[in-house]
Amino acid sequence: MNVFDGQFPRELEDESIYIMREVAAQFERPVLLFSGGKDSITLVRLAEKAFYPAKIPFPLLHVDTGHNFPETIAFRDALVEELGLELHVRYVQDSIDKQLAVEESGKYASRNALQTVTLLAAIEEFKFDACIGGARRDEEKARAKERVFSVRDDFGQWDSKKQRPELFDMLNGRINVGENVRVFPISNWTEIDVWNYIREENLEIPSIYYAHQREVFQRDGMIWPNSPFINKDESENIETRTVRFRTVGDMTCTAAVESDADRIERVIEEILSATISERGARIDDKRSEAAMEKRKQYGYF
Amino acid sequence: MDISNKQVLRIATAGSVDDGKSTLIGRLLFDTKSVTSDKLLAIEESSRRKGLDYTDLSLLTDGLVAEREQGITIDVAHIYFATKTRKYIIADTPGHIEYTRNMVTGASNADVSLILIDARNGLVEQTRRHLYIAHLLRVPKVLVCVNKMDLVGYNQKRFESIVKEVNALVANASLTGFDISFLPISSLYGENIVDVSKEMPWYSGSSLIEILEATEVKAQQRELPSRFQIQHVIRPKTKNYHDYRGYAGKIASGVFKVGDKVTILPSGAVSEISAIQKYTTTLNEAVAGESVSVLLKDDVGASRGDMLVKEGGLNFGSEVISEICWMDSNPLIAGKTYKLQHGVSESRVKILGLNHKINTDSLLVESGISAFQLNDIGEVVLKSSKPVLADSYEQNRNNGAFILIDEFTNNTVGVGFVA
Repeated sequence: MNVFDGQFPRELEDESIYIMREVAAQFERPVLLFSGGKDSITLVRLAEKAFYPAKIPFPLLHVDTGHNFPETIAFRDALVEELGLELHVRYVQDSIDKQLAVEESGKYASRNALQTVTLLAAIEEFKFDACIGGARRDEEKARAKERVFSVRDDFGQWDSKKQRPELFDMLNGRINVGENVRVFPISNWTEIDVWNYIREENLEIPSIYYAHQREVFQRDGMIWPNSPFINKDESENIETRTVRFRTVGDMTCTAAVESDADRIERVIEEILSATISERGARIDDKRSEAAMEKRKQYGYF
Repeated sequence: MDISNKQVLRIATAGSVDDGKSTLIGRLLFDTKSVTSDKLLAIEESSRRKGLDYTDLSLLTDGLVAEREQGITIDVAHIYFATKTRKYIIADTPGHIEYTRNMVTGASNADVSLILIDARNGLVEQTRRHLYIAHLLRVPKVLVCVNKMDLVGYNQKRFESIVKEVNALVANASLTGFDISFLPISSLYGENIVDVSKEMPWYSGSSLIEILEATEVKAQQRELPSRFQIQHVIRPKTKNYHDYRGYAGKIASGVFKVGDKVTILPSGAVSEISAIQKYTTTLNEAVAGESVSVLLKDDVGASRGDMLVKEGGLNFGSEVISEICWMDSNPLIAGKTYKLQHGVSESRVKILGLNHKINTDSLLVESGISAFQLNDIGEVVLKSSKPVLADSYEQNRNNGAFILIDEFTNNTVGVGFVA
């Protein structure tokens, strides 16, 4: 037996499939928020399994910042094609053009926070009552207290003091007019669970998760991918290194790690021995210790 | 079920603010190497800013900003760690009386309840509440950790007197059917956490991790009468699957096999299982905890909320006697109506009467109650608009609980345990 076999706890999948089915049963207009990252790819597989042999009974929504890795977009379109899914794409650029959002400036400018504006507009446009997301409780301290069904108000706001208790596996998705629910089917999975699942299920993921040659530069002790979207100092030298990404965010806020892990087993080995946590490579969280909690209060995913 | 895969053990922790619960959890994370260097660095910095001369491991778990400011844990936080053989999920809850509902929430999914006692203080009001809740929720295993043994000189007599005190309480309050064990620990110094302590040679038991690794709880659910609630009916209506009708759901208890005769409740229709499917895989049998699709030989017209049972039936009715933990700031009063959700099945209920309330400090029963306030626990009688297909909670934890929902706010306001 391979040392990687049996590492994924199967009951996590049973729990997630149960949650997917509750979404279909309790809501009228659910949507799966798809970023092209490994967590949302996992969600798509879980949704497939939950309703097989019927089709996934809800569409996908991608909030496109325009700063994505091109590999991610290519991957997204191929997956949608293969599974015959319905995909809606809404662009942060449109929110900026309509002056609903203002582009950040300076060296650390990113469109990460602006996604919220576009997401909330899309929720309103399509009248989505449930948005399925791939957030996990192990990612960050503020997420450790997030519910599986998390009720948001008109402004997408999350009030940590007013969360509904969730007992046993019973989920209460009843909402009032103007409210919607964020659903997190893989709440109880950790990063390594996701990787083990991808391995056991033989899921395709975007190539940037594997070691590849890329133009990068060094900033604040982290490796940043070079892209036209980033504001660089003159002192920041571009070099080509062998790297991979542990998360797939925007090119402006996702740091690479030096790695030669070119297949999934090596990625898993690397994570097991890694000394930096997954969100440690997310530049957006470094802004302050309470960064995530503040963004969540404003409707960030 | 593929039992060769890693299993999950769910732990509920509850403790007073100062008995070192967060430190214990931080210690479990640290000693099982579940803390990455950037997180460790962050808490080392925070510890220094607070003027501490050691790394405060409790900072690994205290999540929200407000809590960090007040230095206490308010909600239910979920914490994850893994060993080679198991994945652990800790539901960490505060111990104060005003957080009773959080403790009940945390304990609802727990395989193990971890109760902390400060060795210097012994049994306090909160210990009684935690024991009562672990019993009310029928948590399969209770582990009482006598913490801060370093502060009582690792004294055996101190430990033993606390054990005696807890056992006496359990006996006096008739909290029967407990699988309870005790261990002396120091979470600050990691004594009896991963390795057996050298400081306490008089302790002949296992370390905390050793006990957790050996705890087996899942098998019990498979031994219980078989219960399968229909969650969703899968009807693809495509050419290849024209007449396909898959009853999708998660098996609550027992085992279902192809060829089993089943009764569909509440209609009482009878059929036979023709297939069990999990995605593209066809199974011969499925057990408690598995999310599957069940196909029946006959078209019985079953829908969401209906329940498949095997021989050995289920006594159900519309009038239900139940323990309730009340979770809302508006009180529960007789005569009021709520929505009841048992598994995925919804009905309307009316509270016919309040029988009594439990004082979670003295553990004595108080009668003549007219309302349940937030965090009260007591017994009610209610009448449902349709039959509640529940077992007695004591006999079947996976099919004996329900939640109550306020019809106006839509909030989850209470949890019930069917008598």
